[in-house]
Amino acid sequence: MFSYLVKRIFQSVFVMLAVSLISFVLFTFVGDPVSSMVGQDTTIEQREIIREGLGLNDPFYIQFLHFIGNAVQGDFGQSWFWKKPVHELIASRLPATLELVFVSAILAMVLGVMMGVLTAIYRYHWAARLLLTVSLVGVSLPTFLIGIGLIYLFSVILGWLPSFGRGETVDLGLWHSSLMTVDGWAHIIMPAFTLSLFQMTLVLRLTRTEMLETLQTDFIKFARARGLGKRTVYYRHALRNTLVPVITIAGLNIGLLVAFSIITETVFQYPGVGLMFLKAVTLVDIPVMSAYLMLVALIFVSINFVVDVLYFVVDPRLRTQTT
Amino acid sequence: MAEKEQSRLRIFLDSDLVHSFLRSPVAIIATVATLICFAVAILAPLISPHCIEPICLELMNGLNPPAWTADGIPEFPLGTDEQGRDILSAIFHAARISLVVGFAAVGFGLVLGVSLGVMAGYFGGWIDTIIMRLADMQLTFPSILVALLIAGVVRSVITDLSDRGILIGVTFEDVAVFVLIVAIGLSDWPRFARVARGATMVELNKGYVSAAKVLGLPSRRIMVFHVLPNLMGPILVIATIGLALAIISEATLSFLGVGVPPTNPSLGTLIRIGNEYLFSGEWWITLFPALALVILVLSVNIIGDWLRDALNPKLRR
Repeated sequence: MFSYLVKRIFQSVFVMLAVSLISFVLFTFVGDPVSSMVGQDTTIEQREIIREGLGLNDPFYIQFLHFIGNAVQGDFGQSWFWKKPVHELIASRLPATLELVFVSAILAMVLGVMMGVLTAIYRYHWAARLLLTVSLVGVSLPTFLIGIGLIYLFSVILGWLPSFGRGETVDLGLWHSSLMTVDGWAHIIMPAFTLSLFQMTLVLRLTRTEMLETLQTDFIKFARARGLGKRTVYYRHALRNTLVPVITIAGLNIGLLVAFSIITETVFQYPGVGLMFLKAVTLVDIPVMSAYLMLVALIFVSINFVVDVLYFVVDPRLRTQTT
Repeated sequence: MAEKEQSRLRIFLDSDLVHSFLRSPVAIIATVATLICFAVAILAPLISPHCIEPICLELMNGLNPPAWTADGIPEFPLGTDEQGRDILSAIFHAARISLVVGFAAVGFGLVLGVSLGVMAGYFGGWIDTIIMRLADMQLTFPSILVALLIAGVVRSVITDLSDRGILIGVTFEDVAVFVLIVAIGLSDWPRFARVARGATMVELNKGYVSAAKVLGLPSRRIMVFHVLPNLMGPILVIATIGLALAIISEATLSFLGVGVPPTNPSLGTLIRIGNEYLFSGEWWITLFPALALVILVLSVNIIGDWLRDALNPKLRR
């Protein structure tokens, strides 16, 4: 048991180290930090003094250790374009992305389970079959096309919803939230729906399969034989037994939502960290890019680690295998 | 010789694969659509009604709506963009770029993944551990994110190097297509490696491999000439689905602005360009490239799904 956890921790640390090496190399060898700090009239000697002061003449591994030390404290230096500390930039934009991911995870869960249950109960109804086919087609389309389609329909033709930005936000101290205002919700609903579609389809299909399976089991037959109402059988008994695997898989896929939020944020010009990264790429803003790489790696490694530990807790077979 | 070829053809025509193909109308339609896309891409310079090079564009022709609308003219069946580029011709050329990147990226990922996977499965031990650990670690991240990060990082590195005069005469525009191929290929190798490794381990237990080993053939020969041909089925299936994924990745990266530049656009780049005109009502600049992309991706996907079911029922999800 212990060795399993140690292995997982070791692997996570290795991934983090590999990613930090990449972002360190970017940080150090791309662009000249000195020339971005000083003016044209600085002499070569002065530049050399600054280089020495910044530790840029130190050996590779000392610079790397230094970089990691700073990174752990969240210090990635100044953004070249925005002229602000990178950690402030990220702190100001991360809430937007997290809210987007949160709302789409909820949307995917609620709508996905609802449609999954309905398509399982009415499995031979034409609408259920249509829904399944549409969901299959929807999954194989690129996300950004769906986003563009929604914008064209709801913003350009109908004019109901705003197509870009985050709308009005409320300051909650460290957190600027757009979930407190009607305007904020109007802005978040389309991007969140676009982002959730993929996940929603997955939840739908999974719920449907699990539900169909549960409905075949003996305890459901028994519940029916007891003369319980359809609603009680479906929602009180069957659905409850369906939800555990669905929630597990959906939780596993939170990382996908984080990854795809880059695309959704671009389509809707939603001011989150993903959009900031893409801007940093076009502007060659290396500090922002290397901080973003580390952030993404940290998010994914943590999700994976939690999932591994959860599997370990849930599935006793893993415990005997590794000890 | 000719007789032998003919009988081989007959055996192929009589195989399960062909029978199941002929019984699946969806697969036939998808194949026809894919072949049309391929033909259009290959013949793009010959069948395009207009030249789309910057020198032959006339701004006078800018923003023409499609021919069947009130203001459209028959010269430009699907309308023109702001620079007077004929949308139909642009789609033909863009499909070419999208397919080239898609095929090359899948090819790159396939060669890399399959060679590493076969090696991992054949040798086992620490080689297997290292290769599969690497694959596992990469699979922590979604492949499109890996491709996006690689393309983004390489893009800014090249821009920086050429800005500082270290890399002379090369801009990102020149190498964008190659960067994309490598980025998408690298993002996709673990899938190939996993399938190849699994299938290799199954093959290793079969008599013909032991026979080859007893004959004293070198490992490389056994892997390439004995094991590899038996992996073709499952590899073909994931390669087909991988092609659809690679086309989507390319379109997505180009749409995000880290892919193919507007000077020689792919379908994703065309959609990116058109997206800016959506609000002023010029819907045709986005819609037609988007439709082309949807048709291409859907039909390749359908073929992939069909192949998976037809070749190997065990792979069915």
